[in-house]
Amino acid sequence: MPSLKDLKNRIQSVKNTRKITKAMQMVAAAKLRRAQDAAEASRPYTERFNAVLGGLAASVGGSDTAPKLLSGTGSDQTHLLVVMTAERGLCGGFNSNIAKLARAKANELKAAGKTVKILTVGKKGRDAIKRELGDAFIGHVDLTEVKRVGYDNAQDIARDVLARFDGGEFDVATIFYAKFVNVVSQIPTAQQIIPATFDAVEEGAEATLYDYEPNEEAILADLLPRGVATQIFAALLENGASEQGARMSAMDNATRNAGEMIDKLTIEFNRSRQAVITSELIEIISGAEAL
Amino acid sequence: MAQTMQFDLVSPERALASLQAIAVQIPGADGDLTAMPDHAPTITTLRPGLLTVESNEGTQSYAVTGGFADINAEGTSVLAEKAIPASEMTADDMDALIAVAKDAVSTASEDNVDVAAKNLADIEALRTALNI
Repeated sequence: MPSLKDLKNRIQSVKNTRKITKAMQMVAAAKLRRAQDAAEASRPYTERFNAVLGGLAASVGGSDTAPKLLSGTGSDQTHLLVVMTAERGLCGGFNSNIAKLARAKANELKAAGKTVKILTVGKKGRDAIKRELGDAFIGHVDLTEVKRVGYDNAQDIARDVLARFDGGEFDVATIFYAKFVNVVSQIPTAQQIIPATFDAVEEGAEATLYDYEPNEEAILADLLPRGVATQIFAALLENGASEQGARMSAMDNATRNAGEMIDKLTIEFNRSRQAVITSELIEIISGAEAL
Repeated sequence: MAQTMQFDLVSPERALASLQAIAVQIPGADGDLTAMPDHAPTITTLRPGLLTVESNEGTQSYAVTGGFADINAEGTSVLAEKAIPASEMTADDMDALIAVAKDAVSTASEDNVDVAAKNLADIEALRTALNI
């Protein structure tokens, strides 16, 4: 049976924890709004970009001269998995869900006899992946110092990935991130970025006959690397919003749990205090009766 | 009143402009071109340069680097990798752009060195045009 003083200390410590989780929840809520705004702001660019690129790819894609980024290297032996996670923890299952999906994919590919290489973005994912798939790990992009993820960061990652592709290090690249649905739901997603894939253009959609300057192939060759950066940027933003959403609901739960714990401890504290008073009274009364 | 068309300028980080424009001067990869309403549908890549939008409210300029312009019946959209209103462009921004371009020239492989050098020249021309 803990003493009254022990109980008091514990209640105080849980109260402090509750204050911290409450504060973290509010910070996450504010950051979430910012992250959502950023994701919202990038949407027009991404949508148009993909529309134009999709149209171009459809018209050039069939030809033999199509760039490798679109048609692939002709093999799918080596896969690069780009695993994007958060730099910080305390956000529920966010990081481990992404890592789990990537791990499942890696094991599946390995079972099929493919070579797997892994590039991580975000410290938490690196820690989780390195433990089990250390031999496949080829690099890490550190964004710890980055306060706001910008297009430049996405470009850096894209450059790294493209350099490896040009160097013949892999045939297929897939990015892993969490799609933001709402505060309580983020879906870990795998998306293939090299060779590029596009949603099929709707049948019967009216196709405009464009003039191309300089020409279709040159534009496509210029746009495809940018497309990789755009997709990575969109994924980074989506991930940022998901991370804050996950942290917000995790901290909300923690705050509630702390509240319940405080209630339970307070009842226990009151009971033991009452027990002490009662036993003191009994001692006094029995002392008085003995006289 | 002159005929107008819908004009959008977007960068990955934000949408910079969406307005009715009379004419848009675009720094295309093969040379400057001006898009006006009913221009033939065209897609062109951009080189770093100055994009000028003429509307009934006046004329605005933006410094843009790579990306592309999509001119079609509905209007003109410019998707620039980086777009900054010319009035907000500072010497520091310019220095940063030039530094990146120079770096690209020095690290470019033999096949790409011409492209990188042209990119640098375009950015330096942009600086002269902006006079900063």
